Amino acid sequence: MAAPLNRLLGRRFLMWRDALLVAGKDLRIEGRSRVTTNQVLPYAILVLVIFAFALEPERGVLVRAAAGLYWVAVLFSALLMVQRSHAVESFDGTRDALRLSGLDPAGIFLGKTAAITVQLLVLEVVLGFGVVVLYGVEPHGFGVLAATSVVATWGLASAGTLYGVLAAGLRTRESLLPLLLLPVVAPVLIAATRASESALTGVNLDVSASDWISLLGVFAVIYTFFGVVAFGPLLEDQ
Amino acid sequence: MEPVVHFRAAICLLGRFPALAGVDLDVTASEIVLLSGPNGAGKSTLLRALAGLVPVVDGVANVLGCDLRTDRRTIRTRVGLLGHASGLYEDLSVAENVSFWARAGRRSKKSTDEIMVRVGLDGRLADVAVSRLSAGQKRRASLAVLLARDCEIWLLDEPHAGLDAAGRDLLDGVVRSAAEAGTTVIFASHELDRAAVLAHRTVVVGAGQTRLDGSTPKSFTGSTVPYVA
Repeated sequence: MAAPLNRLLGRRFLMWRDALLVAGKDLRIEGRSRVTTNQVLPYAILVLVIFAFALEPERGVLVRAAAGLYWVAVLFSALLMVQRSHAVESFDGTRDALRLSGLDPAGIFLGKTAAITVQLLVLEVVLGFGVVVLYGVEPHGFGVLAATSVVATWGLASAGTLYGVLAAGLRTRESLLPLLLLPVVAPVLIAATRASESALTGVNLDVSASDWISLLGVFAVIYTFFGVVAFGPLLEDQ
Repeated sequence: MEPVVHFRAAICLLGRFPALAGVDLDVTASEIVLLSGPNGAGKSTLLRALAGLVPVVDGVANVLGCDLRTDRRTIRTRVGLLGHASGLYEDLSVAENVSFWARAGRRSKKSTDEIMVRVGLDGRLADVAVSRLSAGQKRRASLAVLLARDCEIWLLDEPHAGLDAAGRDLLDGVVRSAAEAGTTVIFASHELDRAAVLAHRTVVVGAGQTRLDGSTPKSFTGSTVPYVA
């Protein structure tokens, strides 16, 4: 009885160790290439600015729509980060090296998800300031915003990592990934927008923010479960 | 002696194309085997099949006791593949790449410095991003990863490509000492004058099949190999 339990615990330990290793590697690569800071972040801010220009005549609309516009900007940025995360593994034989490495596929999935989550959270902080400055929003609930960001971002990153590896082996991956991913993460976008609305605008909603955050948690758990199970076979199919 | 590689009538499909159409191959431990044959003969596919990267759909395919037809993943940590691609992350330094792949394969990080010295990438070069290296230096870095992973079988696809004379001598020396230490080496090469000297024997691959399995002819210097029917 003890031996199978030890084996299972050992496997779990190795999975988390591999996840840390992959997350550290991905974050180091991003630190060196600065794609997030030099390309994704300016792009996300530009999206916010364009929304501000488009809705300028009616600033009231801008404030009411701030939560939705914020999460749309985050979603577009997440698409770029997911593509970048998988592009790193498509260059010069690194995908084969990854398959030969002995790393647990579930660990690779969790590591890549964690790295994207960290980068997105940093980006969301900057975008949050952008929303305050450009849209004139006065945030009321920082705790709700923080909880929403963490859970929604993990959901986006886990779904993105799963669909990213699915699209990675295809010639049309750049255009196919948004097509596959956007419908899947639409529920996250809706729930994250609703959860943030009251905290950003101060308006009380019919459904409380905590209920929306719980729903986001359910999505995050579902995407993570499917990612842990399916990432390995999808990596093999490349 | 029990062979570490045992293939009989092994067939691999790439899509619907039979890239390997009946390979017979036996390799024993510590052997250095050269795969020879023209472009498109199936040498690279055979190396990838031995690494468990390409599925064997028919025949017998055992590597280190693992049946590749039923389980291709177990063998992967025990084989090292040096292919046409470097398998390195361009934005990481040489030392970071070697360290990452060694740790990924649950190998000790301690010997990394020693390996870097051995392949001539110590000192300043160790901290240079791979994207800034020349083709030959990248090849040396890939060799460093191979050494750090400490595998039982080395699968080398055109290992001399991109290396200068000193690099080629270094590679040959590393391969010889690995074989003396018990590592089995199977490599494909078109540079037959150098490769034939390094190899213990040559296996000719043609049209996805192995045609000849025997000692390397000492007079063998041609660029193509006649098939034995």
